[in-house]
Amino acid sequence: MSALLEVSGISKTFDGFKAINNLSFTINAVELRAVIGPNGAGKTTFMDIVTGKTRPDVGEVRWGATSKSLLKMNEAQIAREGIGRKFQRPTVFEDQTVADNLTMALKAARGPFAVLAWRASAASARRVAELAAEVGLSDHTHRKAGELSHGQKQWLEIGMLLAQEPRLLLVDEPAAGMTLAEREQTTALLCRLAENRAVVVVEHDMDFVRRLNCKVTVLHQGSVLAEGSLDHVTRNPDVIDVYLGR
Amino acid sequence: MTRKPFILQNPSVLIVLAVLAVFTLAVTLLSQAYGTGALPTSTVKVLGKTLCLALAAVAMDLVWGYLGILSLGQMAFFALGGYMIGQWLMYARTEVIVAEALAQNPIPPTPQELRDGVTNQIFGVVGSADLPLVWSFAHSLSLQLMLVLAVPGLLALVFGWLAFRSRVNGVYLSILTQAMTLALALWLFQNDSGFRGNNGLSGLQNIPGLDDVSQARLSVWFLWASAGTLGLFYVLAAWLVSGKFGSVIRAIRDDETRVRFLGYPVEGFKLVVFTLAAMITAVAGALYYPQAGIINPAEMMPIASIYLAVWVAIGGRGRLYGAVIGAVVVSLLSSWFTGGRAPSVHLPGYVVNWVDWWQVALGLSFVLVTLFAPKGIAGIFDRIGGLARPRRHGRDLGPDQGALQEREAKA
Repeated sequence: MSALLEVSGISKTFDGFKAINNLSFTINAVELRAVIGPNGAGKTTFMDIVTGKTRPDVGEVRWGATSKSLLKMNEAQIAREGIGRKFQRPTVFEDQTVADNLTMALKAARGPFAVLAWRASAASARRVAELAAEVGLSDHTHRKAGELSHGQKQWLEIGMLLAQEPRLLLVDEPAAGMTLAEREQTTALLCRLAENRAVVVVEHDMDFVRRLNCKVTVLHQGSVLAEGSLDHVTRNPDVIDVYLGR
Repeated sequence: MTRKPFILQNPSVLIVLAVLAVFTLAVTLLSQAYGTGALPTSTVKVLGKTLCLALAAVAMDLVWGYLGILSLGQMAFFALGGYMIGQWLMYARTEVIVAEALAQNPIPPTPQELRDGVTNQIFGVVGSADLPLVWSFAHSLSLQLMLVLAVPGLLALVFGWLAFRSRVNGVYLSILTQAMTLALALWLFQNDSGFRGNNGLSGLQNIPGLDDVSQARLSVWFLWASAGTLGLFYVLAAWLVSGKFGSVIRAIRDDETRVRFLGYPVEGFKLVVFTLAAMITAVAGALYYPQAGIINPAEMMPIASIYLAVWVAIGGRGRLYGAVIGAVVVSLLSSWFTGGRAPSVHLPGYVVNWVDWWQVALGLSFVLVTLFAPKGIAGIFDRIGGLARPRRHGRDLGPDQGALQEREAKA
């Protein structure tokens, strides 16, 4: 199977601090992957580089079957290529209704004039209703997103990501601030999403990663320390030394 | 799903249009030209100008209230629109006068003599005898009308492209718009910029070709034109902010980064709204200055744009009718208080003279609105309409997602 995203030899220095140091990373078109690492390991910078928020000093980020370089694109272009990002804190548009939030995220032309010409159709309304049902917000579509509880906002944001129909989903600490039941729901959802797309979960909660039951990449000081199944990496002496031992 | 017509989805648009129609009719019936004469022509002109300011406020609300850019340069576009129409008004009017004067000569004037005569008449005051390049189209009404849209639109497009592309945001963008406005005003103040320096353009109330129409009738015509234009652009603006486009620009206002990650080209959206607003503002200016009669660079000093922002803030940001209400109420109050007709307040030991104290009162009310009523006057209407968002805080009380929340349940 060919790689969907191929990151090779990227480095990024902020004011002399090497946030990313010769990092390489590959993910297949259908795969669930967990990225773990202590604070400052470069997890967020890695996501920033893939989504176009930060440019690496050196290295290559290649995407899709044609190995298109993502480095010359901006965030919006990369998002349109099919890379969705879930932030750690739920970021939904609080002043707008759940339905509006979902409608905005629906896969459609994104240019200003295309958006101006866009009209809600029966199909788009049905899709919004489906998405709302999928994330358990069917009864709340006409409420403003700002009125939702923290957990519901997280789910709304996941619904918005689904609406975008991304081919690669980057998820930043999805379990943070969730109850045990919500975590289980989230785990199930992530596994289901990974059935037909690539999902990268950045997390430092070991129990949560164990539940995902997938390949794990351990980052440390901006580069890959170990890669493999969770059991494999937890037996790695380097990993025990820098991360698990403490 | 059956789609309701746009007007039914936004009943406020109908209300605004109805109020505007009633207002226009009332003023017409009270005017000297078409009615009882209870309203002097000068008052009709003030009301017509106020409608133009309300239109500028609608554009400001698009840019600030919906898109989130506090532009402190909107009135530059307003004045530019005025200058563009003023060029034709002044040129055509002077041409008529010069032609009449030269007709007394024994030999009929050549076109060149006529041109020189016009140039002398307009630019003698700044000591210039050549028609500046920027007046090349001044002889043609249709060309100048196109420039009313093209010049401010192009300026906004270029400025916006440079500013938005480098992702200048917030206060820095406000300062940048203000700097642009100040630079433009200072340039126009110079005699050799070709716009008659600080003299500006004058005599704009005389419309060439309509010499036998009295100012009393003209003032009502302009009131109609201003009301019609305000109504037209109000509907356009309301349509713009109602659909998905409105959703996206409000999202850009609230969280630009998140919109980028949804795949929307944020800069493109900003550019479209900013340019469109500049052109709407320019149309408002082109209708305002023939009613004012005179325009000079002082009109576009940044303070004018700051006033515009104050009106929108007091009226209510993010509500189009709020912008209209704010502009109408505050600018009319402003002319009443500064016109010397407001009765002074006699305090023991001090007399509050409103001509001096009005600006203090305006500044105070701006601070108070910002602190205590961020939704402005429009907030009152929201409350009546039950639009105010319920105060929901705390955790869900039950496992069901529709369950009441802690504080809500207590209330």
